[in-house]
Amino acid sequence: MLVTEQDALRQEIKAWGDMYGRDRTALIPILQEIQRKHARISEYAMQIVADMLDIHPVEVYGVVSFYSFLDHKPKGRFVIRLCRTISCDMHDKDRVARQLQNDLGIRFGETTPDGRFTLEWANCIGMCDQGPALLVNDHVFTRVTPDKVHDILEGCRRAMGVHAQEQMQEQLV
Amino acid sequence: MSATQNKTGGMHPTTTGPLSFGSVKPNQGLQNAAKKSRADIIAEISASGMKGRGGAGFPTGVKWNLAAAAQDSTKYVICNADEGEPGTFKDRVILSEYSDLVFEGMTIAGLAIGARQGIVYLRGEYSYLRPLLEAVLERRRTQELLGESILGREGFSFDITIRMGSGAYVCGEETALIESLEGQRGEPRNRPPFPVDTGYMGHPTVVNNVETLAWAACILAKGAAWFKGIGTDKSTGLKLFSISGDCERPGVYEFPMGISISELLREVGGEDAKAVQVGGASGHCVPAKSFARTLAYEDIPTGGSIIVLGPGRDMLGIARNFLEFFVEESCGQCTPCRAGTVKLLEGVELLQEGRCSMKYLRELCALGETMQLASKCGLGQSSPNAFLSIVKEFQDEIMGRTDLAAAGKE
Repeated sequence: MLVTEQDALRQEIKAWGDMYGRDRTALIPILQEIQRKHARISEYAMQIVADMLDIHPVEVYGVVSFYSFLDHKPKGRFVIRLCRTISCDMHDKDRVARQLQNDLGIRFGETTPDGRFTLEWANCIGMCDQGPALLVNDHVFTRVTPDKVHDILEGCRRAMGVHAQEQMQEQLV
Repeated sequence: MSATQNKTGGMHPTTTGPLSFGSVKPNQGLQNAAKKSRADIIAEISASGMKGRGGAGFPTGVKWNLAAAAQDSTKYVICNADEGEPGTFKDRVILSEYSDLVFEGMTIAGLAIGARQGIVYLRGEYSYLRPLLEAVLERRRTQELLGESILGREGFSFDITIRMGSGAYVCGEETALIESLEGQRGEPRNRPPFPVDTGYMGHPTVVNNVETLAWAACILAKGAAWFKGIGTDKSTGLKLFSISGDCERPGVYEFPMGISISELLREVGGEDAKAVQVGGASGHCVPAKSFARTLAYEDIPTGGSIIVLGPGRDMLGIARNFLEFFVEESCGQCTPCRAGTVKLLEGVELLQEGRCSMKYLRELCALGETMQLASKCGLGQSSPNAFLSIVKEFQDEIMGRTDLAAAGKE
């Protein structure tokens, strides 16, 4: 990591500290911001957060490793989480899973070499009446069929850019 | 179609039957509450007989009363919107369509127990709901329904903030939820002390489910007698059910407590079901011969998750899916749950391969009973429920399997 990047990260984390406070209750909101912006929480980031909140870095690592939406390892720009729980399972989530793996060329738990996509399982995402369902970052897709997988991925690829989130919404509606 | 559904594009509308939430006059409950004494508000909730809608079924009036009686200048009201139980999505619908009612319920709870701060703990998977909820909160502030001297009542101050979860089922357990809010790993605490006494940041805290808070607002609007007049003696009022699986019309439905499973199946077009999983992964599997049983705290208690299992479903596959869920979601803090869920899953794999002796199956059942008794929190205590009820009701189907493909090892 370049010194300038380290400085930038430090400044960002300080700003989030100003927003959420500098006590322990601010820890998870700050980590969520780091995850959102950088698609990971690096050891360096954990150290800065620990210093700012005056807790041991191990405490920060313990929290990061506990929650499935916080990650130490780099994730892709788009994190695809396919629900594997019962109602989606009963509605052929396995076929959607197979097609996601085919189209992305990776298995669950992996990230594409270009850093664009991470494929993960999710436990029940509350879309049980319209499974199989998946999340792409914060966006929900339901009644996904294997042939729709390609469209969803293409929507993400088209949306790669500065305003990826907003564009993705518009293009996929 | 709601704003949320438009915004997320890839999401379909959820079928909902008629819900009473739509017919309650906005803020009527809050206006009525603002004219009452704190004791009278709690008396109204107690008189309704409402029990917690999250599934555990603790009487809401008793909970509020304990928190109100606690001596502390700082208290909290927490809305548990960490809806993670497999097969449950009613809270998503309530938050999408009737969030005002939930915030109204929180404000009433704040007045009743003497809290000035409310927190919504919204699960990370529902983060697309956050902008909508923030907008509603902002509007309520401008309407003077949140903030200082609400509805002109001196000293009635209350505001609500939203905090996001980060993908942990166990944080739906109230003490784990509080740990998470405090910036810790979401590991459940020993109880007692209970949150009504020692909750968020050590202060008295009421943690209520989304639906409970919405009903509380309705009860203040329409009166305890209305609510108590519906349902059974021990399970009063109406309840939302999230219905999914093998039925014609999955969705969110409102039924009086005490409805039988067969009546419910008729409503949603699932009469040919082989079994129904009531209460999600932590609930019980009810076979067709018991469909006359009722959904009520005195018979089969539930948070509202109903998964209809059609005639062709492999029960062992269902048990396996639930156990995989618990192996993943166990927080790992206590041994019965951490190790027990893994042993039960291995047992299901043996059964799928047709290599499980009756003696070993009995040992697994004994292990399940130990987990029910010895686990620290509700997650561990209920994790063997589905397995045990499937073994009990479908023993003939799961023993002596010769179908190796069902083992499904990729």
